[in-house]
Amino acid sequence: MTIKTEPFVLNMGPQHPSTHGVFRMKVTLDGEVIVDVEPVIGYLHRGIEKLAEGRTYTQIIPFTDRLDYLASMTNNFAYVLAVEKLAGIKIPERAEYLRIIMAETMRIASHLMAVGFFLNDLGALMTPVLYMWREREKILDLYDMVCGQRLTYNYMRIGGVSHDIPAEFLPALKRFVSEMPGFIDEYDQLLAGNEILLARTKGVGILPRDMAINIAASGPILRASGVDWDLRRDDPYSIYDHFEFDVPVGSVGDCYDRYWVRIQEMRQSVRILEQAISQLPEGEVCADVPQLLRPPVGEVYGHIDAPKGELGFYLVSDNSIAPYRFHVRPPTLINLTALRDMTIGWKVADLVITFGSMDVCLGEIDR
Amino acid sequence: MTFLEQFQLWLAGIWPEWAAYITAAVVGIVAVIAFAMTMVIVFIYVERRLLGRFQIRTGPNRLGPEGIFQPFATAAKLLLKEDIVPDKADKLLHWLAPIIVFAPVLMLFAVVPIFGGAIFTDLNIGIVYIVAISSVSVVGIYMAGWASNNKYALIGALRTVAQMVSYELPVVLSIIGVILMVGSLSMNQIVESQNIPFILLQPLGFVIFFIGSLAEMNRSPFDLLEADSEIVAGYHIEYSGMKFALFYMGEYGHSVAYSAIIATLFLGGWQGPLLPPIIWFLIKMMAVFFVIVWIRATLPRLRVDQLMAFAWKCLLPMAVINLFVIAAEVLWLPEAFPWIMVLVNFAFAGVLILLWSRLFTLGGGRVEV
Repeated sequence: MTIKTEPFVLNMGPQHPSTHGVFRMKVTLDGEVIVDVEPVIGYLHRGIEKLAEGRTYTQIIPFTDRLDYLASMTNNFAYVLAVEKLAGIKIPERAEYLRIIMAETMRIASHLMAVGFFLNDLGALMTPVLYMWREREKILDLYDMVCGQRLTYNYMRIGGVSHDIPAEFLPALKRFVSEMPGFIDEYDQLLAGNEILLARTKGVGILPRDMAINIAASGPILRASGVDWDLRRDDPYSIYDHFEFDVPVGSVGDCYDRYWVRIQEMRQSVRILEQAISQLPEGEVCADVPQLLRPPVGEVYGHIDAPKGELGFYLVSDNSIAPYRFHVRPPTLINLTALRDMTIGWKVADLVITFGSMDVCLGEIDR
Repeated sequence: MTFLEQFQLWLAGIWPEWAAYITAAVVGIVAVIAFAMTMVIVFIYVERRLLGRFQIRTGPNRLGPEGIFQPFATAAKLLLKEDIVPDKADKLLHWLAPIIVFAPVLMLFAVVPIFGGAIFTDLNIGIVYIVAISSVSVVGIYMAGWASNNKYALIGALRTVAQMVSYELPVVLSIIGVILMVGSLSMNQIVESQNIPFILLQPLGFVIFFIGSLAEMNRSPFDLLEADSEIVAGYHIEYSGMKFALFYMGEYGHSVAYSAIIATLFLGGWQGPLLPPIIWFLIKMMAVFFVIVWIRATLPRLRVDQLMAFAWKCLLPMAVINLFVIAAEVLWLPEAFPWIMVLVNFAFAGVLILLWSRLFTLGGGRVEV
């Protein structure tokens, strides 16, 4: 006698511990094996793109904080860069350096969260997360010093940054930069030497090189798949051409490579920070920009390499105080399109870690 | 003769025989449950504090000095919670499952030798009784998963059955190694025959038993059945209030029982110099539990196919080889020089573990669908 079996549908999310927000996956399972995954998004939709069309260019900056709320600084950065490109504004050099410092500390903070929660998805019961948080906390303290906020910073302005850094900022940053490589080594040693972690992540959730390019993946996910592409180096914005850094590239594109690339990128961020601190010039931090900016008629696409990938802002100006069209290219939404192909045939547990290794942020996906 | 039997004899001198029997039984049951529950509470507190230390936070420290009343507050909270039964649940099984999970855990303590005579009953088949009783919980867990009418619960329950059945074999095989050396199944005799703790005489058996019992009590890295990042809470996802508390206590009861059993089988039980036996027993239990918590705070979880592979390809063959080697040593090695055996077994365990770690991968992977 044979027992008749049939696949069944499991609704993972929107209320689920490892969907990193309110993401829902309609997973068709054959036992534990995934037959089909259908992502359902939109539970966090706030209509930011439409709302932004009714605000002035400066008023939009707080909205960008709420896209990828784990990397608000880089959202600010990408947006103000796009506006400056549209309006043709030159910004003071000190402001450029401060922006780089903020962007790279933000990258470290975001990657810390990504790695920590990835390990949480692997089942390492909060311990890695709490250790990663210890370091992220120091970065949040730095942000607290410069803008008084710990999550939604609203620090960058069109033409520069809102405040100059206080006196205690640089010593704290220097201490952080000197300590961080030691902590990264410690984490890497603890985690990459763990047999269970290797068994769970190596070869799991592979995103092949061709597919990564075809779906327009970006950021650590693209680099883990073996594509040597980093906007900071290949399309230098701001003053990234002043710094020396390497772009870590993975080989296979599995979960382990994505983890490894993030760890290596943190090291490179520390390198950039060291250079930025030593080169930091004195001077103004914000250019003289009118409060009600009226950029010339035209359109612009500004993009940066945010921690999670290529974050782009597409702006259309009709020479009024608000953009005619405001569109975000969210890196994680586009990376996420590969989820189905990456997970079919794997187990439920692999779906969770593959999703975790993509480091999504639902605030950015749903906007 | 256990304390309880002495008490019964003494009672029988003044009371009728049947009254003495019932009174002694009730007193014994109350004492064992009191010990088990106290240890559960202590373990819950210790685990939460230890996890706090491992995770660079403090853990509960508000209620009472150093937060020692936190488990009571948790218990009171759970008692006051509403008991929710899902609409389409199988009501009877849903109600029965926590009891079936919890009762065997208490029954385990009947043969745990706390010290000398302090044991509920020194069954001559003590260790077999433990193996048999501890697998009853699986039925309860499966019932909970089935009755909840929830897909996460069902996945968790199916994982449990596979896991428990697989890990029982290496556990039992490593116990047989101990029994071969002792020549008795009685827990008290197992303790008394350990002039050298069996952890030294049978290091490989200890490792296999420890890993297997981690899986038996569903602790990390084998906590797949309630993997909260995958299937949320597994079999007890639809349970709340006191029913959930029973599962929770059942789980910690298992931890207590297995810490006690590991201490008994491999660490020499209540034997030890200077300190009174009960202190030694508690110290050894706590030491075992500390390692369990340490593992929980450190290791990620295995995947379900890797879990199976680990049991069948790694632990089981090693347990069989270990059993053969122990049997050969018991037959041929002179009993007068136990330290030869210690050396031989350590070398042998090292070689075997090294060999398996080289030859064996946890791999597994994608299935074509």
